[in-house]
This record gives sequence, structure tokens and C-alpha cells, in this order.
Amino acid sequence: MADTQNADPVYVTDALITEDIDAYLMSHQHKTMLRFITCGSVDDGKSTLIGRLLYDSKMIFEDQLSALESDSRRLGTQGQEIDFALLVDGLAAEREQGITIDVAYRFFNTERRKFIVADCPGHEQYTRNMVTGASTADLAVILIDARKGVLAQTRRHSYLVHLLGIRHLVLAVNKMDLVGYSQEVFDTIVADYARFARTIGIEHFTALPISGFKGDNITALSPNTPWYKGPALVEHLENVEVDTSADRTGPLRMPVQWVNRPNLDFRGFAGLIASGSVRPGDAVRVLPSGKTSTVARIVTLDGDLDEAVAGQSITLTLNDEIDCSRGDVIAAADAPPEAADQFEAALVWLDDEALHVGRSYWLKLGSQTVSATIQQPKYEINVSTLEHLAAKTLDLNAIGVAEVTTDKPLLFEPYARSRTLGGFILIDKLTNRTVGAGMINFSLRRAQNVHWQALDVSRDQHAALKNQKPAVLWFTGLSGAGKSTIANLVEKKLHRMNRHTFLLDGDNVRHGLNKDLGFTEADRIENIRRVGEVAKLMADAGLIVLTAFISPFRAEREMVRAMLPESEFVEVFIDTPLAEAEARDVKGLYKKARSGQLKNFTGIDSPYEAPDNPEIRIDTTAMSPEAAASLIVDKLLGDA
Amino acid sequence: MTIPVPHPSLTHLQRLEAEAIHILREVVAEAERPVMLYSVGKDSAVMLHLARKAFFPAPPPFPLLHVDTTWKFRDMYALRDRMARESGMELLVYHNPEAAERGINPFEYGALHTDLWKTEGLKQALDKWQFDAAFGGARRDEEKSRAKERIFSFRTSSHGWDPKNQRPELWNLYNARKHKGESIRVFPISNWTELDVWQYIQLEGIPIVPLYFAAPRPTVERDGLLLMVDDERFPLKPGEQPVMRSIRFRTLGCYPLTGAVESKASTLSEVIQETLLTTTSERQGRAIDKDAGGAGMEVKKQQGYF
Repeated sequence: MADTQNADPVYVTDALITEDIDAYLMSHQHKTMLRFITCGSVDDGKSTLIGRLLYDSKMIFEDQLSALESDSRRLGTQGQEIDFALLVDGLAAEREQGITIDVAYRFFNTERRKFIVADCPGHEQYTRNMVTGASTADLAVILIDARKGVLAQTRRHSYLVHLLGIRHLVLAVNKMDLVGYSQEVFDTIVADYARFARTIGIEHFTALPISGFKGDNITALSPNTPWYKGPALVEHLENVEVDTSADRTGPLRMPVQWVNRPNLDFRGFAGLIASGSVRPGDAVRVLPSGKTSTVARIVTLDGDLDEAVAGQSITLTLNDEIDCSRGDVIAAADAPPEAADQFEAALVWLDDEALHVGRSYWLKLGSQTVSATIQQPKYEINVSTLEHLAAKTLDLNAIGVAEVTTDKPLLFEPYARSRTLGGFILIDKLTNRTVGAGMINFSLRRAQNVHWQALDVSRDQHAALKNQKPAVLWFTGLSGAGKSTIANLVEKKLHRMNRHTFLLDGDNVRHGLNKDLGFTEADRIENIRRVGEVAKLMADAGLIVLTAFISPFRAEREMVRAMLPESEFVEVFIDTPLAEAEARDVKGLYKKARSGQLKNFTGIDSPYEAPDNPEIRIDTTAMSPEAAASLIVDKLLGDA
Repeated sequence: MTIPVPHPSLTHLQRLEAEAIHILREVVAEAERPVMLYSVGKDSAVMLHLARKAFFPAPPPFPLLHVDTTWKFRDMYALRDRMARESGMELLVYHNPEAAERGINPFEYGALHTDLWKTEGLKQALDKWQFDAAFGGARRDEEKSRAKERIFSFRTSSHGWDPKNQRPELWNLYNARKHKGESIRVFPISNWTELDVWQYIQLEGIPIVPLYFAAPRPTVERDGLLLMVDDERFPLKPGEQPVMRSIRFRTLGCYPLTGAVESKASTLSEVIQETLLTTTSERQGRAIDKDAGGAGMEVKKQQGYF
């Protein structure tokens, strides 16, 4: 029996409380807080694990314990033993059904931390509750039944917590007592999970062999798993960095919640700091107006503060009379957030009534509320298989990616950078229900009123000096279609004609600017976004820019198109059928992809979305690269 | 030598305080007529203190509402009036006229006393002043069904709670939209534990009712509860004689329904010490949760109890 609770030092001993309560309180006062969620399939033992954590940290009182003991005999599933799950499964209805159907929040302490646990349900139809629990969590514990291994639910939940931006993932292989504490079983499950995790972009996770029922490796390492070197679950939870500490490194962002005007002499701006820190004297910019000022005071009931940091609720006053109201954002003057009215966002649908494409919903982000419409989803994600499915709408618990258009610009940041300025809810205007949750990937169109540094030499003057009309020739097509070859020929021709050009090539850019990016969908999108931004800057400088990237997703090509003045984006579709490109296989990549050595390869296990209406289409089965280059140059200069 | 950390992490109490203040401000920004339910207990004391912080230097821009049963401890009435004065807030006191007329009291009526004075009284008060958002000091660690309640908890126009139909609550984005007649109960200290509340009271020097501290008080023992004879309305049964005992209260309600514990803890540190070492949970001293078996509170909430 591995019941280790008594041997463990992480919990407060009654002795300290008895002997020196003030010393104990002093230590408790300096505890940090970690919020985490537990998720897994039905019967993986979530409630039992949480019940165990509460029990071991003495958060169960005697009367609760006696109720638990009598409930266990009456309703329990563990024979004569205490059924910890009964402690956690609160609502009468679900006690009868024997499953957890709503997020329940639980609390326990160790010597180092206070913990808030969101107990998330395992049933498929309750995705919305899991997303709710995950949205405020710093860490997720994914439970796996050691007898069952990685299940569809495991994949689903892992995908969701990753989507919700949880950076710390714990894989708890539970019920190890029922597989004889076998290292082999544990290793196999961890290897299975690691393979899956990589495909959805999870880079790190911590795997532990545990038994919630018996208490193995929960508060201390268990003698039943001598092959496991640690840490124990609680020790790991005590040491993980919490998000509010991480948020502190960014530039200041404070959504204004409320303007405090008790009298004519005081005007304070109240809000919760989303990122960064602020001190009196700091230069700040109020958005969307773009007006700047400096911080006069950070006002509290206990006197003014010298500094406030991410995670604190504060009231600021400024040194200048500036318009500022609820929904505005006070930001570092030199690093304000973007504003835009069109986004690509990942959406989770939370309501029985499906998404109505084109209907106007309330969108709430930070303290901003605007009207928003959702386009037809680009795709829905089958969370168990990660397939992208065509979708006309999103039903309850569906997850998809769609464009969102708002009636006025939103101050935002990509969700990956800021939960506060990247996460939003959608509210039905008739029923007032919260029907959807969204996470902004990127903006598709910049709003007009973002401040810009005024430059004296305009883009027109840059172009005029070069005696040419700037353009971005955006070559897209499968790997091996002939993009680089043809783009290279086009550039040579233009160069000979005294045109100022520059060729951005996919492979070359990945050696430098984008060498930190991989080939996951997110990285591919970021790859294209950066190339788009660079191409745009070069076009601003008056150049004719040629880009040769697979750029498989329509949305990103459209995003780049939206960055440029109309007619300057020329989409060149190098149309080579997959069979033809694969037969050529100039770099031997198709062979590698087919044999599984190369993941996420466009055309093989990652989609290519061909342009609907490219400015130029080149059928490489019908013309030579030379002929194609001439055609492109003629079209470009003919237009000019 | 340790490397100095320029920014120590926020403590759990700092994060809980920031969250509560954020919630208080959201309600004021989005609701039409908010009110704070003030029961004079330690949780109400913390909630009121947080409200003063949230809106400083302005006074909290909503009234305090005390749904009174006329059977609270005398010390509670005294602190209530003092705190309303000090915070600069309007104090509304509501007595259910029907309960008053029928002379409902905890000695003769038991559960009906709570139902009429508190549950019905609260509904009537909210309807009377047309409040659309009411702050309450409930915490999720108090009771199983509270553990699953949202921070913004919706009530139908008849004040019912539907645990199966709660709005999802993501990040710190609260949907405060509702139809006319519907209302929201808002729990800014949902995520606090009993220990957090005590510690915050100590750190912030928040005034609380002296009954939380041990002192010699006249008591009788009845049905397993140790009751305090707070005024002359306490009917003594034949053979009962008030006995002076050193007692204190872990929770405060109507004095004839609230059990005391024998204690010598007369300072905050000692009270916290006793709380940490104690093995009976907080609401055990109250008769109310024992009604209706294991699901008592859940049933009461569906009927409109706070």
C-alpha cells in the first residue's frame, strides 16, 4: 500500500500552526497561486485525484469526511473504501448519474502555493465546460487510464488545452496500481502520447505514473515505481511558473473598465493590467485615440503606489486631460497594440443553437463590446482526428476557424501573445446567451486609425525615383511546381530591363528571418505573414518584389493582398498537378514525405488551397519556364 | 548568494484581490442598478472592503442591502450601521412584512423562519428596488453546489437558479446581459477560501463583528448546538439556565439558529490558528444546510435562496 500522505513534507504540519501561528501566516501570506484543470475520459479518475489532493492537504473537514464515509457506503463505487469522487461531484443530478457534468472549482494549499482546480468533465458533449475551465488555467493535467492508453478523448482534450493556450501540460498516467506499476506500460503510453502531441504542436509535457486511488506519486515519490525518478505531482505543481509572472515581461496594456469621477478634480482610469508594468512618469498612449500622456499617480485606498504590474487591478491618473472611456486601452506609448476590424479566429461553439453565418452577435473582448459577424467557417476541426472538415456552420461543441468582421475596430493582440486582448466571447443579441468563444489568430485588414509615424519621403516618391510601379508578384504552388525557377527567370528579365527588383525565396528566408519557424500550420501561417510584411515594406520602398513560397492557405495569401494597395498584389499560380510535381521530385522531398520521414508536407498530409482567381495562372504542363517568365513580365509591365 | 528577483510574483491574495476588484467594476460598468447584499458576516466585511478599494477615492456607487430577520445578534446591527457610515454608502434594510405580521421567529417556526425572512425577503427586496445585479459574499469552498456556480449567476424573473443552464464563463469575460426582470447574483470572492478571508481580514485590518472572538457569554445547550442568549426574547425551556462560557462564532446568522464553539481564541491569529486546526467545516454551526439531506443548499438555491 503506497499511501504516502503522512511521510510528505509539502503539506503544512499541524505542529507549525500550533507552535508559531504568526510564522505560519507569514509564510502563507507569500504563497503564489496556480490555477489548473484536470481532464480526461470518463472514469479516468479525475474526481478521485482531486478528492485525494484535497484529502492529503487536509482540506476535508471531519464532518465532510463522515458524510463522505456514509455516502461512500451508499453510493460509492469503491466497495468499503472511501470514494473520493463523491467529495467532488457536487450537483445532485450528476451524483445520480455518476458523472461530473459541470466545471467545479476546488481549492487546496501546500506550503508553497494555493491551488485552484477546475474539475473538467470527460463527456464529449461537455466540451464547452472544458474550454471554460481551461481559459483561466496556467496548467492542465491530462489523465490517462493506464489500462486504456491514449484515447480519442485524450486527444480531444489535449487539443483543446493547447488551443486555449495552456503552456504547461502534465500527462498523468493514472491507475498504475491496476497494471502492476509496469514501467513498460507507462513508457508505451508516454511514447504514444508524444507522437500525437507533436502533431498538434505541443512541444513539452511532463509525464508521471500515478494512482489517485492509492496515492502513488501524488505528494511524494512512491516505492511502487522505483524506476520513476520524479517529480511527484504536487512538487511539479508547486514549481511551475504562473502566467501572471510571464505576462509581466510584455509592454504595458490596461483595458479601461471604468472611469472614476467622484468630483471635478479627479479623473481616474480603472482596470486590470493585462501585461507589463507601470510607474508614475511612464509615457502612455490611450487607444484608439492615439493620444499620449504620462502617468501621474497610481491611486489606491492605502496610498499611491510606486509601481503596479500585470495581474493587478489599479486606478491610474494621467498628467494631461485626454478623452478615455470604458473599452479604451492604456498602453506603453512606444508599443501600442494593433487595431483592426477583420480577423481570423479559432472559434468554439458553446450553444445548442448553431452559429448563424452573417448574423450580428455581440463580441466582448477585454472591456470592449462591438457588433460582429462571422463568415462561413474556413474549416471545422475534427478534434479526435485533427482533420479539417468543410463546414457551413458550427454546432454545439464544434471548433473551427473563421473570419470575424466587427462594426468598429477592436484593439487586440493575437491570442498566442495575450489571453486578455486575444480572447473574446460571442453573445446572442436576442437570447443574451454566451454562444461562442474565440481566439484571434491575426488581423486580415488593418484599421485606418492606428497611429503611424509620419514619414517625409512617401512611398510614391520612392517609386517615382525608381521610375516604376511597385508590385508584389506572389508565386504560389506545390513544392516542385517550378515557382523558384520561373520567379528567378522573371527577375533576370526585369533586371535586364533596369527594373529594381528583389526575390524572396522560401528556402532562403527559412535560413534567416524565419529560421525559428517549423512546418506546423501555425508556423506556416506565421512564415507567410512575415514574408508578407517584408514584401510590403519592400514595395513601400518602390521595389518590384517576387516571392516564391508554397503558401498553401488561401487566407494567408488574402491577408497579404489586404496589406497592399489594390492592384499591387499579383497572385501567380504555378499550376502543376500533384502527380507531375511528385514525378519530378527535384529535391527528393515527396519521396521522404511518402515514406513518413517528412510531416505536414503540402499535397501529401497537409492541404493546398489553390487560388480561386489568380491574376496569372501558369500551366507548367503546357509551357516552358522561359515562356512562362515572358508571359508574366508582359502581363506585369503591360498593366503598368 | 541568491540572485535578486526584481519582481516577486503576485501572492495568491494579491491575485484574488485583483480578480474581485475586476468583477466589482465590471458589474458597475454593465449593470443598471447594482446592490451589495450585506449580511454583516466576515465574508460581507471582506466584500465591502474590496468594493471600497475598487472605487476609491469615490465611495462604492451602489447601496448596501441588509435583508434582516430581526433576529441577528445585537453586535451585528451595531457594526452594520457603523460600516455604512464609514463607507459613505446608503444602507437599505428590508423586513418581509408578512413574516413580521405573522410573528415568524426561529424558535417556533424553524425552516419557515429562514424561508420567509431570508429567501422571500430577499426576493421582495430585489423586486421592490428593481435591482438587476446583487453582489453576494458566497465562496465556492463553502459547499458542494456552490463549487459549480458561476461568478455571474443568473436568476429568472422569479429568482430561480437553473444549475443545468449556466452560461459558460471564459477568461475574465463576464456576460452581464439579461432580459428585463431577470437579475444576476455576482460572487466576487468565489475563489477565496475561509483561510484566505481570515488572512485578508488580518492583513488589511478589516473591522469584523466581535462575536468572532472568544469572550465569556451567556449560553444554553440545545439540540447539540451551543446557543447564545443574546437578548430577552430567548425563551428558556423549563430547567434551562444560561451558563457563562468562553465562546466564539465561526459563522453568524440569526442568533437562535447559530451554534457557537467553546474557544479561548481572542485575537485574529488565534482565531486563524483555531480555524486551521479545527476539524469541522464552517457551515456545520448552521442548522440550515442540514435540511433536505445531502442536496440541501442546491434545493434552496433553486428556490431563490442566495
